[in-house]
Amino acid sequence: MINWREKIIQLLLVGAASASILIVLLIFLSLGKEALPFMSDPGIGRLLEYRWIPVSFKREVFGIIPLITGSVLVTILATGLMIPFGVLGAVYIAEIAVARERAFLKPFIEIMAGIPSVVIGFFGLVILNPVLKEVFQLKTGLTALSGAILLALMAIPTVISISEDAIRSVPKSIKEASLALGASRLQTIFRVVVPAALPGIIAAVMLGIGRVVGETMVVLMVTGNAAKITFNPVDSVRTMTATIAAEMGEVAFGSDHYQALFWVGIVLLVITFTLNYIAQKVLNRYRMK
Amino acid sequence: MISKKGKEYFIIGLIRLATYLVVAIVGYILFDIFIKGFPILNWEFISGFPRRSGAEGGILPAIVGTICLVTGAISFAFPLGMASAIYLNEYAQQGRFKQIIRLAISTLAGVPSIVFGLFGLGLFVLFFGFGASILSGSLTLAFMILPTIIVSSEEALRAVPTALREGSLALGASKWQTIARNVLPYALPGMFTGSILGIGRAAGETAPILLTVAAFYLPRLPRSIFDQVMALPYHLYVLATQHPEAEKVLPMQYGTALVLILLVILFNLSAIILRNQFRKKIQW
Repeated sequence: MINWREKIIQLLLVGAASASILIVLLIFLSLGKEALPFMSDPGIGRLLEYRWIPVSFKREVFGIIPLITGSVLVTILATGLMIPFGVLGAVYIAEIAVARERAFLKPFIEIMAGIPSVVIGFFGLVILNPVLKEVFQLKTGLTALSGAILLALMAIPTVISISEDAIRSVPKSIKEASLALGASRLQTIFRVVVPAALPGIIAAVMLGIGRVVGETMVVLMVTGNAAKITFNPVDSVRTMTATIAAEMGEVAFGSDHYQALFWVGIVLLVITFTLNYIAQKVLNRYRMK
Repeated sequence: MISKKGKEYFIIGLIRLATYLVVAIVGYILFDIFIKGFPILNWEFISGFPRRSGAEGGILPAIVGTICLVTGAISFAFPLGMASAIYLNEYAQQGRFKQIIRLAISTLAGVPSIVFGLFGLGLFVLFFGFGASILSGSLTLAFMILPTIIVSSEEALRAVPTALREGSLALGASKWQTIARNVLPYALPGMFTGSILGIGRAAGETAPILLTVAAFYLPRLPRSIFDQVMALPYHLYVLATQHPEAEKVLPMQYGTALVLILLVILFNLSAIILRNQFRKKIQW
């Protein structure tokens, strides 16, 4: 009698745990299902053109290359800001800050991680963009740079908390050995502790990059959304995420444009999946040691 | 000539500066929104309906909409996440199946929010025919916050000492009896913490609800789970970028941003406090 109940409960729990697998499969399937017809008509090659002009009286162009370069530009800039501030922040919190500082900084970082992206975007729109416009003498402050600054702010908490974990899990004995050999505090931090924690820090940065690539609202609001191929930080760009968010509301369901947007979603999904997969592999191997 | 020690202090100072620069910028963002949003906050703003497409009046429908979506999301995600965590921590053997589940969870955690939106649109809105509705939006948000809930629930379960399980099993209790009476009661506060963090995240997300539920301007309250609703983050987005008089409605934007941020910080702070209390109280 009781045996039956136990079996049923276990079965239910297995079912719940498998739900995550099912959801991931469903995500791939439902995106694939909407995107698939594009492959035969108008043909997958159309996605590889250099312009994105989805609405036109003459010929619609669905080249996702400018959207990819837009995302790449914003991501590179944001990563350049995120790495120094994120890693130094983690070093500071883990190794330098006194207990009372840490008691303030750690919850603050968590609060920072929780600020909704639309609020950050709003701040960018009303405060940061006018500043950038003034500083760089631009016609508009809606630039890749302003998106990158805000995205870096959003990804820094991820980088700090995972890097800090990695730094803290470096065995104390290694640190003490270094100090005992006469190395200074900074030498110990940068030549012993940080190298030992490096795999964890790399994983943290990759997860941060994943967050930057996938962020939507900030780039939609502040980067100007001009679909062109450029590598000038103070140019306006249009990212993959912003394209989906801006255009999905206005397309006819099932149209070529609609399917092209789903392809953009698939490209995004594949990029973030790869980044995450590698980061998890690195973290797992690191934990096993 | 700067001494070696002086140089060391200088570099430590630089690292401190980098850390506090980030703190200062975030502090400034919060400060700016508090100062400029606070004068707008009054009873009419919180409890009134918007007029002239949001240029006047209040934001009640957006607040109610966000509360509906969050409640819906958590009531799907909490039981599912809790059960997953119980399976992973208490039942699953090390092996292939567990690895695949873990991979799925970390994949889910990394899926961009706009892709969740596409998924919700493709599956719930169109395939299941729920339309743009609270139901579609809640389900989409639920799947988005599921990894957060699973991971923190697992952490809470792991913190319960094995001795408690062994004691109960040794007294003849079955596995489920042990879990239900000797493990879960101690793990529940930790699980709630994770859920509150999930709620905070669901309340602030815009991209997933953009495609699955959010209404541009709908000055009434929802009647069923198949209704569209306004939501705070989307309302802020619309006022800031889509409104014809975006400059003039700046105070309304600040007010909405403040209400949203207060809501999210309230959730996150209570989760942090609850967790710290819990850690202090129970020491094995």
